[in-house]
Amino acid sequence: MEKRIRVLVAKPGLDGHDRGAKVVARALRDAGFEVVYTGLRQTPEQIAEAALQEDVNVIAMSILSGAHPHLFPKVVDLVRKNGMDDVLIIGGGVIPETDIPALKEAGVSEVFTPGTPTGSIVDFIKANVK
Amino acid sequence: MDIVEELLKGNRLALSRAITAIENEYDDAVEIMKKLYPHTGHAFVLGITGPPGAGKSTLTDKLAKAYRAQGKTVGIIAIDPTSPFTGGAILGDRIRMNGLTMDEGVFIRSMGTRGSLGGLSHKTADAIKAMDAFGKDVIFVETVGVGQSEVDIVKAADTTMVVLIPGMGDDIQAIKAGILEIGDVFTINKADHDGADKLVRELNMMLDLDAHSEQMTQNSTEKALADQFHHLNVAKHAAGAAWRPPIQKVIASQNEGVAETIENIEKHFKYISENGILQQRRTERSKNEMLDVLHNNIGTYITRRLADTGELEEYVGQIKRRETDPYTVVADIMRDMLKE
Ligand code: B12
Ligand SMILES: Nc1nc2c(ncn2[C@@H]2O[C@H](COP(=O)(O)OP(=O)(O)O)[C@@H](O)[C@H]2O)c(=O)[nH]1
Ligand SMILES: [Mg+2]
Repeated sequence: MEKRIRVLVAKPGLDGHDRGAKVVARALRDAGFEVVYTGLRQTPEQIAEAALQEDVNVIAMSILSGAHPHLFPKVVDLVRKNGMDDVLIIGGGVIPETDIPALKEAGVSEVFTPGTPTGSIVDFIKANVK
Repeated sequence: MDIVEELLKGNRLALSRAITAIENEYDDAVEIMKKLYPHTGHAFVLGITGPPGAGKSTLTDKLAKAYRAQGKTVGIIAIDPTSPFTGGAILGDRIRMNGLTMDEGVFIRSMGTRGSLGGLSHKTADAIKAMDAFGKDVIFVETVGVGQSEVDIVKAADTTMVVLIPGMGDDIQAIKAGILEIGDVFTINKADHDGADKLVRELNMMLDLDAHSEQMTQNSTEKALADQFHHLNVAKHAAGAAWRPPIQKVIASQNEGVAETIENIEKHFKYISENGILQQRRTERSKNEMLDVLHNNIGTYITRRLADTGELEEYVGQIKRRETDPYTVVADIMRDMLKE
C-alpha cells in the first residue's frame, strides 16, 4: 500500500493574492503530501469538481480579499453534496477572528491567519485527515 | 458504494475512487480491475511527452476542447514528478486546464510518479483502463521528459506525441535517441518564439537520417542492436510504407496549429489501424500486462514467504559474508519452489 495524503490547494473567487497559497502548497509538498494546485480565480463549483476528480483528502482554500464568509461555506456545501463526506476542509488568509466561529459552524475545520508557521498547518492535517 | 457498478453507470466519484485504489494499491484494486477489464479496449490513448514547460498541458487543454467539439468524451491523466527527497509533489497541470473542469464530458486526474518506475507504468495503464471502462472515447496521458519511465508509459498509448520547443540548445541532441524512437507525431510548440523553423529543420534531418540508417542496418550485425533499441517501433515498419512522423508548428497558448496537430494524430491512428500495427501494439500490450502481473505477483509471493520464514534474512547474511552469491541463492529458491 502506498497511501499518500492528497491536498487540493485552491484560490476561490477573484482574489489575486497567491503568495500565501503557494507558500502553503510548497510546505505541504515538503511534508510529503501530493498537492494539486489549480491556480487563481476558481469558482466554488470548480473547486468541488476538481476535488472529486482528484479524490483529495484535504481541500485547503486561501482568501485574502474578504470574500471568505460566502465562498468557504459554498465549497463545503458542494463538496458534501458530491458525497465526499470525509474530506477535511481548511482555510487561511486574511480572515478576522470574529468570522472564524461562523466558518467552523459551516464545516470549515480550521482557519489559519497571517503569521501561521506552516509546520502547524502540516501538523493539523496529519492529526485530522481521514 | 459499489465502485465498479457505479463507475460503469457513469458515477464520476466512483471513477475517482477506482483510480485511488489503483494508485494506493488498495486490497480491492485487483477485484476492481478484474471486473472493469471486460469493459475496456474502446478508447483511443494518446501519449503526450516532452520537457517540462514545453506547453504539454496547455496543448492538452486545446486538444481536449477540439475533441469535445467533435462530441467525443475525454479523459486526461497528468503525471508530474514526485520529489525523491520528501515523497511530496506539486501537481500543477490543472492550472492550464481550468476551462475543462466544469465540462462533464472531461475527467482529469493528476498523478505523482511516487518514485516507482516500473510500478508507475503499471498504475498508469490501470488508470487508463478505469477511464476506458467509464466510457471515455479519448484518453490523454501527459508525462514529463523522455526518460525510461516515459518510454514505459508510452507503451500504453496508441499514438505518442512529442512536444518540443525552440531554444533548448544542445538538449535536443541529448534527448535525440529517446524522442526519435517514441514520437509518432511531433509538435514544435511556442512557435511564436525564435528558432522554431531551425528546430523543425534539425528534427526533419534527424528523422530522415533515422529512417535511412534503419534501412542501412537491415541484415547487418548492427540490426540486432538496432532492433533492441527500436523495440517500441518494431511495428512501425511491419507492413506497407514506413510511417514518417510529421512535424507541426504550434502556438498552444493561442490555439494555433491545433487543428493540424489533430489531423496528424488522426492520420497516424488511421495508418496504424490499416496496417495491422494497432492490433500488433495492442497484442504486445496484452502480453506486457500479463507478464507485469505475473512478475509482480510471483515476486511478491516469494518475497513474502522468504520474509515470513526468516530465510530472507539468513540468505542476505550469507551473501554479505560472501559464503554464497545472489545467483546461487535465487537458483536454489526457484528449484525449491518449482518442486512443490
Ligand atoms: C503582498 C500583498 C499584495 C500583493 C500580492 C502579490 C501576490 N501575488 O500575492 C499585491 C501588491 C499584488 C496586492 C494587491 C492588492 N491587495 Co494586497 N496585500 C499584500 C499583503 C501586504 C501581504 C500578503 C502576502 O503575500 N503575505 C505573505 C503570505 C505568505 O501570507 P498569507 O497569504 O497571509 O498566508 C499565510 C497565512 O495567512 C496562512 N494561509 C494563507 N492562505 C492559506 C490557505 C490555507 C489552506 C492555509 C491552511 C493557510 C493559509 O498561511 C500562510 C503562511 O503563514 C497583505 C497584507 C497582509 N499583511 O496580509 C495585503 C492585503 C491582503 N491586500 C489588500 C488589498 C486591499 C489589495 C488590493 C485590493 C489593493 C488595491 N486596492 O489594488 C490589491 C488586490 C489584488 C488582487 N488582484 O486581488 C488587503 C486586503 C483587505 C481585506 N481583506 O479586506 C490587505 C490585507 C492589506 C490591507 N491591510 O488592507 N497585495
Ligand atoms: N509563448 C508561448 N508560451 C506558451 C505556449 N504554450 C504554452 N505556453 C506557456 O508555457 C508555460 C508552460 O506551459 P505548460 O502547459 O504548463 O507546460 P508543460 O510543463 O509542458 O505542461 C505556461 O506559462 C504556458 O502559458 C506557446 O505556444 N507560446
Ligand atoms: Mg504540464
